[in-house]
Amino acid sequence: MSPDAFAVQFLNGLASASTLFLIAVGLSLIFGVTRIVNFAHGSFYMLGIFVAYSLVTRIGDSPFGFWVSMLLAALVVAIVGLLVELVLLRRIYQAPELFQLLATFAVVLIVRDATLAIWGPEDLLGPRAPGLKGSVDILGRQFPTYDLVLICIGPAVLAALWFVLTRTRFGVLIRAATQDRDMVGALGVNQAWLFSGVFALGAFLAALGGALQLPREPANLGIDLVAIGEAFVVVVVGGMGSIPGAFLAAFIIAEIKAMCFAIGQTTLFGVSFSFSKLTLVVEFLVMAAVLIWRPWGLMGRPGAATRNAAEIEVPLKPADARTRKLGWVVLIALVLLPLVGTAFPYTIVLSIDILVAVLFATSLHFIMGPGGMHSFGHAAYFGLGAYGAGLLVKQLGWPMEGALAAAPVAAAVGALIFGWFCVRLSGVYLAMLTLAFAQIVWSIAFQWDELTGGSNGIVGLWPAEWLSEKWAYYYLTLTLTVAGVLLLWRVLLAPFGYALRAGRDSPLRADAIGIDVFHTQWMGFVLAGAVCGVAGGLFAFSKGSIAPEAISVGRSIDGLVMVLLGGIQTLSGPVVGAALFTWLQDLIAREFQYWRAALGFTILVLVLAFPLGVAGSIKRLFVKEVA
Amino acid sequence: MIKPFPALFPAVCALALSIGLIGSAAGQAKPIRIGEINSYKAQPAFLDPYKKGMDLAVEEVNAAGGINGRKIEMVIRDDGGNPGDAVRVAEELVSREKVDLLAGGFLSHIGLALTDFSKQKKVFFMASEPLTDKIVWQNGNKYTFRLRASTYMQAAMLVPEAAKMKKKRWAMVYPNYEYGQSAVATFKEQLKKAQPDVEFVGEQAPPLGRIDAGPVVQALADSKPDAIFNVLFGADLARFVREGNTRGLFKGREVVSLLTGEPEYIDPLKDETPEGWLVTGYPWYGIDTPEHKSFFIAYHKKYSDYPRLGSVVGYTTIKALAAGLKKANSTDTEKMITAFRGLAFESPFGKVTFRAQDHQSTMGAYVGRTTLRGGKGEMKDYKYYDGAKYFPSDDEVRKMRPAN
Amino acid sequence: MSLLEVRGLSKAFGGVRAVANVTFEVNAGELLALIGPNGAGKSTCFNMLNGQLTPDAGAIAFEGQSITGMKPRQVWRRGVGRTFQITATFSSMTVRENVQVALLSHHGRLKSLFTRACDQFVDEANALLERVGMRPQAERPCSVLAYGDLKRLELAVALANKPRLLLMDEPTAGMAPKERIALMALAADIVRTDNIGVLFTEHDMDVVFAHASRMIVLNRGELIAAGAPAAVRADPEVQRIYLGSRH
Ligand SMILES: Nc1ncnc2c1ncn2[C@@H]1O[C@H](COP(=O)(O)OP(=O)(O)OP(=O)(O)O)[C@@H](O)[C@H]1O
Ligand SMILES: [Mg+2]
Repeated sequence: MSPDAFAVQFLNGLASASTLFLIAVGLSLIFGVTRIVNFAHGSFYMLGIFVAYSLVTRIGDSPFGFWVSMLLAALVVAIVGLLVELVLLRRIYQAPELFQLLATFAVVLIVRDATLAIWGPEDLLGPRAPGLKGSVDILGRQFPTYDLVLICIGPAVLAALWFVLTRTRFGVLIRAATQDRDMVGALGVNQAWLFSGVFALGAFLAALGGALQLPREPANLGIDLVAIGEAFVVVVVGGMGSIPGAFLAAFIIAEIKAMCFAIGQTTLFGVSFSFSKLTLVVEFLVMAAVLIWRPWGLMGRPGAATRNAAEIEVPLKPADARTRKLGWVVLIALVLLPLVGTAFPYTIVLSIDILVAVLFATSLHFIMGPGGMHSFGHAAYFGLGAYGAGLLVKQLGWPMEGALAAAPVAAAVGALIFGWFCVRLSGVYLAMLTLAFAQIVWSIAFQWDELTGGSNGIVGLWPAEWLSEKWAYYYLTLTLTVAGVLLLWRVLLAPFGYALRAGRDSPLRADAIGIDVFHTQWMGFVLAGAVCGVAGGLFAFSKGSIAPEAISVGRSIDGLVMVLLGGIQTLSGPVVGAALFTWLQDLIAREFQYWRAALGFTILVLVLAFPLGVAGSIKRLFVKEVA
Repeated sequence: MIKPFPALFPAVCALALSIGLIGSAAGQAKPIRIGEINSYKAQPAFLDPYKKGMDLAVEEVNAAGGINGRKIEMVIRDDGGNPGDAVRVAEELVSREKVDLLAGGFLSHIGLALTDFSKQKKVFFMASEPLTDKIVWQNGNKYTFRLRASTYMQAAMLVPEAAKMKKKRWAMVYPNYEYGQSAVATFKEQLKKAQPDVEFVGEQAPPLGRIDAGPVVQALADSKPDAIFNVLFGADLARFVREGNTRGLFKGREVVSLLTGEPEYIDPLKDETPEGWLVTGYPWYGIDTPEHKSFFIAYHKKYSDYPRLGSVVGYTTIKALAAGLKKANSTDTEKMITAFRGLAFESPFGKVTFRAQDHQSTMGAYVGRTTLRGGKGEMKDYKYYDGAKYFPSDDEVRKMRPAN
Repeated sequence: MSLLEVRGLSKAFGGVRAVANVTFEVNAGELLALIGPNGAGKSTCFNMLNGQLTPDAGAIAFEGQSITGMKPRQVWRRGVGRTFQITATFSSMTVRENVQVALLSHHGRLKSLFTRACDQFVDEANALLERVGMRPQAERPCSVLAYGDLKRLELAVALANKPRLLLMDEPTAGMAPKERIALMALAADIVRTDNIGVLFTEHDMDVVFAHASRMIVLNRGELIAAGAPAAVRADPEVQRIYLGSRH
């Protein structure tokens, strides 16, 4: 590879970096001020490119019309963002941490289907930018003129933001709020308007980033998730809330990617290695490395306590007589289910899925709620359990029972290794490191054709003969799920669980009374991972196959949604949430053509009706003293 | 006080029941129920037209009196784009909806999961669209048939023309997952056979749906190939083409490209469509066989739109099922399998047969060159390649396919 | 041998010398007051004593053995309890559970996975709560307590491992005057009955002079005076930089 080639690839990297920066910077601002993990950010990006398409194809023939379209598109989406904030998020700022994530997740679903309904299923490739259609000669290569403009736009936006943040009152407030949220309240600033303004600004920037891509890529459904993934990585690598950090991170990631393509296929130590394939996960490798090295990102600061003061949790109690009775009723009903199951055979099938989801969500809740470690990558342990069991059957010819028993071991080993790194971090950084590890596991499963079957996964993983009847497998699942859930609950009410919560409530105090917080959290992580592995194993054998989807971000997010939907502050929350979500998804996907949007609206209704989660809000009705 | 619920509930139940009873009493012969599973909302660009094609075929079959007097009835499910849900809805279709057979599938891994499901549950499964070779070969089973020309077949169709180009240095670009990998593997292997002096000088495998087109195009150009084999499709293809055009990647180079001539993928390119790529596809605008004409007219009449390849696949799936069911004269799984083995039926692309040895249909594809006409991408100089000619030898197939 | 011996303790944050070459002792049976204006380095000093911060220089010995550079939990295991200037309690637990956790930790039972925590050490926890006057509130969630009650709870927690040295960072801040006196009387009582040492910081000079056996004065990180309360009060430098500035 010649130096010229590298130089031009460097320029390519700069163009991509500008794009990445624009996607990410708005997310960083929104998080910095409101502490909302805004999943809908990618949707704003996607809307940006679609709206820009509609505008440019109407008024974008002249350079003036084109650039006006870009700004207009961003403005339109900023208004959408503002509406989301005013109508939705504003009502739930008082909810427990992360709960807003649920609402933004619903927005993602709704925006996706709305876009499909408005713009249709076909990809829409916009025209090139007037006046910038061609290329210029750089080092004997044709380099797109538009990319040169893009390279300049990134730093221009950075400079504009710098100006706003340092020279305007709005900017000063944003910076103050990013550093210390309570301070802004103390300054007597109308916090509500600050939040709305920042949310709209963030949406504006995301949409602008999207719109500017129009000459480079078609408006298509699916870029929302791509964008949100990349945005999170950039923001976290740069340091949450740090705008120069986002710029630096975008630069580093884009350049590394460009260089991976530049190197392409090479031979390293006698082994042929494809660097272009590495781009599948390279950003997550970078993120993992950065977070291990600098737990607050490249330019972030050790966060002030992000804990929401409004968050008051009712102490966990062993179940009282009434709750116990309810538990027995539910359990007996579940045991009797196969009897009616002959009349409604699908009930059993769906129940197996629900039970697996319950176990998955309960294990996530264990570390996320009482453990205080918000894992965004819990699917890693689900996948390790599933693949572990699958590989033992397929590669080593183990019987299904043995493989299932090994599933938690496989997951626990993964959790032991990843947890050791993750537990040192906190808040969103911890969340993103768990996600990075999950993505790394996913990419290995996805790429390692010989072992894991690559993107197709492993098929032919059916239960042993004696479990082949659905009701038999149902009882197995029921037994393991009930055992797993009770185990985790028991542990939470045992001294270890108290130590775990102590470490979450006040690491300072916990350490000062002899609790090894790191070790406790680490072991909690491993235990949750192991139980999650059981869920993964059960899943694999109930489906007869396992594919990388089992480890995907989507599954991790489903887990978060279940926990939050049920209520993160109650033990029964994840159980209720998982059952409700799985059942709703099944029902709605069957009954509605635009099922994503229908599911999104359902979640929104639940979010607004039950701001502590379904189980949490119901429980609150029965608990007298809280405040 | 009146409690509305307890009073209403039995009434509603009774009503629902009576409607159900009337409904089932009205029909004479029990309809044949086909359970169809696809990633409708995850892959709408292909599957919207697919569903339209399917609906059209169902209408035609039923209007013609159904199958030996029995109407067909579709029960359609969205799998949400993931195999776990696909298997669950498959269970639902089989256990609750009591469908007689399953059909569908778009993504390869979902197709494979359903293939395995059909084997485990001994249910007949018509894999309509998923391309992976494994469905009929490595993971093939007696319950599964596949309609669409597989990755292997389509890659193989391009090789003879590619070899005729007499280009020595080839570069590959493909999405980084099984479809891309196996297409490239097949193409390389067959090209090497046809043209032993060929050299493979560059390989780029960007992640599916996330191509960074600038660096990829640059890297391909820097490897100085004489020709490029492309497997990208959808949004990745559009990014790649635009970037390649701007940077002059395709100037003076031959490009051989899989699926690019399908309306689903070439239409979005509009005036960006590159000239002269050798592609597989579906030139609906110029096929004047009577089978296609009648299909085209019916489709256009119903939807006031032209068919996409998805429409053809959806339509043909039902037509194939109808033909097989008619021959079997039963919905017994074993009888259906026997009937479908070697079944010949009419499709918009002409006569197609399900091979007895691996249950793969011989449905082919059109191979031609891309061209720009009136600001839109089209195929020119195309010819229908009968799939029957693009298989490995029966011996090789036997080695790959597990006996059962 | 003194209970706690501190020699040449220093800590700087960037350019700020928060604690500079501080040397003092705490003996069993005494209440030593550490005073100084805001930002004098008192909390920093505490944080080094219990291991939360690592000193830049200096040595800390507890009962004759070095505890310099140990982690807080190790220092605690040796018998040093502490309260925080800004209370640190477990807000998702009840008052009694807060104490129970400390007791469980003291008895090395926190690794237990299956026993039920809330049934363990109930009597001991109640006794400790009784001692600080929090027994009536034992069942209440900690998150709803008044600030003064939190301070008393912290004291109960700090006493759970029967410490021989107690560090109290502004134990009476946020309390009503009556409560302050009661709390310090309690501390004095503990010192007497258990023969332990107490090091505390306090801004209220009335509290200090009423209860301290001895006092040391920090200013800008440096120790400027030490001795009996009356003597320190008379020290002209203390009067100038500290007392003078307040009154
Ligand atoms: N973590 C830290 N990083 C930087 N500077 C610090 C840190 N902790 C304390 N300081 C600085 O060290 C100095 C001493 O602070 P310290 O909290 O020990 O004072 P203090 O005597 O306890 O004051 P107060 O009476 O207000 O509690 C102050 O200037 C403070 O700003
Ligand atoms: Mg202090």
